[in-house]
Amino acid sequence: MAIITQDPQPAVAHVPATPRRRRLRLPRAPKLVLGVSIASAVVLFGVVGPYLVGNPSSVRDVGLAGPTSEFILGTTQTGQDVFAQLAHATRGSLTIGLVVGALTLVLSAFFGIVGAFAGGWLDETFSLISNVMLVIPGLPLVIVISSYIPEKSIWLIAAVLALTGWAGSARVLRGFTLSLRNRDYVLAARVSGERSWRILSVEILPNLIPLLASQVVFAIIFAILGEAGLSFLGLGASGSFTWGTMLFYAQNGLALRLGAWWWFIPPGLLLALFGAALSLINFSIDEIINPKLRAQTRSDRKKWSMSRAQLKDAAEVTV
Amino acid sequence: MTTLEFKDVVKDYTLRNGLKASTLRAVDHVSFTLAPGRTVALVGQSGSGKSTIAKLLMQLERPTSGEILVDGRPMQRRGAGLRQYRKAVQMVFQDPFASLNPYHTVGHHLARPITLHHPEYSRTQVRARVLELLARVRLDPAQEYVDRRPHELSGGQRQRVAIARALAPGPGILVADEPVSMLDVSIRLGVLNLLATLQREEDLGVLYITHDLATARHFSDEIMVLYRGAVVERGPADDVILNPQHPYTKLLAEAAPDPERRLAELNGGVRDDDAVPA
Repeated sequence: MAIITQDPQPAVAHVPATPRRRRLRLPRAPKLVLGVSIASAVVLFGVVGPYLVGNPSSVRDVGLAGPTSEFILGTTQTGQDVFAQLAHATRGSLTIGLVVGALTLVLSAFFGIVGAFAGGWLDETFSLISNVMLVIPGLPLVIVISSYIPEKSIWLIAAVLALTGWAGSARVLRGFTLSLRNRDYVLAARVSGERSWRILSVEILPNLIPLLASQVVFAIIFAILGEAGLSFLGLGASGSFTWGTMLFYAQNGLALRLGAWWWFIPPGLLLALFGAALSLINFSIDEIINPKLRAQTRSDRKKWSMSRAQLKDAAEVTV
Repeated sequence: MTTLEFKDVVKDYTLRNGLKASTLRAVDHVSFTLAPGRTVALVGQSGSGKSTIAKLLMQLERPTSGEILVDGRPMQRRGAGLRQYRKAVQMVFQDPFASLNPYHTVGHHLARPITLHHPEYSRTQVRARVLELLARVRLDPAQEYVDRRPHELSGGQRQRVAIARALAPGPGILVADEPVSMLDVSIRLGVLNLLATLQREEDLGVLYITHDLATARHFSDEIMVLYRGAVVERGPADDVILNPQHPYTKLLAEAAPDPERRLAELNGGVRDDDAVPA
């Protein structure tokens, strides 16, 4: 039998003399760092970019020119600056994402959390509403709306995306709240004499923050991709720049067939990068909620087994 | 000081199974009185209605019939009357791992009931009272525990925090719902002794809910045996344990581990050839 004993000295030396206060220590997972840095770079570009570029709509007589020192990302068919368009499109897409994210947060928190906490007929009504909203498909609804309203603003698109997108997260939040509201600490707060709104906001809501964060991030991805899809089909907001409308105009201008890569690759790439960055952030939030998801890559699992030196020692002891 | 009277209380739950509905009687015409300085133990197996009685006392459930009297008057369900009731009747929950909010510090758990029931206290007064409560449940030095979160404490320490929270409003009646069943055997006695000491100091009326006959006998003046929601036997602690009358109580008493009886069995019969350590 192999018994491997370790010298106790080094193990003791690692223990700090007094337990340190560690408050709000954000995990420095590579996933989170990468996601946050890509997302903040895109956001910075969307916020600052439009002030640094010229008018994205001004037409010139240099049509479909490749990248030059004057136009970093070349021009469109009608001579518009692609880089200027990209800056404004980033701002437009992010605005949609932000508005839809905020609206989804409010709607899903209201219908999911309040309903589940109150219980009874209010819960029944709220979950009926969210079930109905869950089955209303977003794209056809926008198609129907667009046939009635010729001039759609960016806010209308955001409102429709939010209205059709909040129900899923409301159901997730409802389920979690149902499990939280019968926890002993909530009953204990009630026994202490806390008021209902305070139990909801102080005892229950903080435990929902990670879930809310991941739902919002998901809603932003959903909104930006949804808007891009709508715009690509020509159903987007009229007279505004988003990544989707850029792709729509590039498609209409036969950019792919003419080989004008500078026209469709930048918005497509930003779309993919931003979506990936938000997904990475979402994954790391998931890992905070559920630690079982952590340290499950193959390289991590390899670290759990013995090192080569340890294996050699073990073999020697056994022999 | 508060006297609480549980008078002929019935609690029915409706069970729905498809279209059929049936009623489950969780508490069946139970009456008892909690007086200052006295401990009443409520003993019974799982599902016998022990925790339902605790919930009824905490106004987390409404009785189907019967009434609960506080100092001779029916308990109030809302407003100032409810606030007074909450101040007078408090509870220690069973599971110290579930009864403290993982998000909040120990200090928050104790400060909330104090500010709720003593709105006139200033911030420093509340803080002083929190530290005093922590010291009373033997969490010394209190300064070191007040800013910790529940996950940084052991089970016994958490249950002490839960006891301190129950004492925070300054209650006259304390309901302890299996306060040590989730704790390690080695620290149970410490927590129970703490409860007994606090009871003597504050002259509390305690309802001790348990399925452990030995601690029920040791810590209470009176024992009630609950079986399927009804009290089948009641009386002074020693009488109920040593001289059980009802068949269910006899069964319970026999089910409790008794090392002497077990040793006698081992010596007398099956494993005669083995040497039994004396």
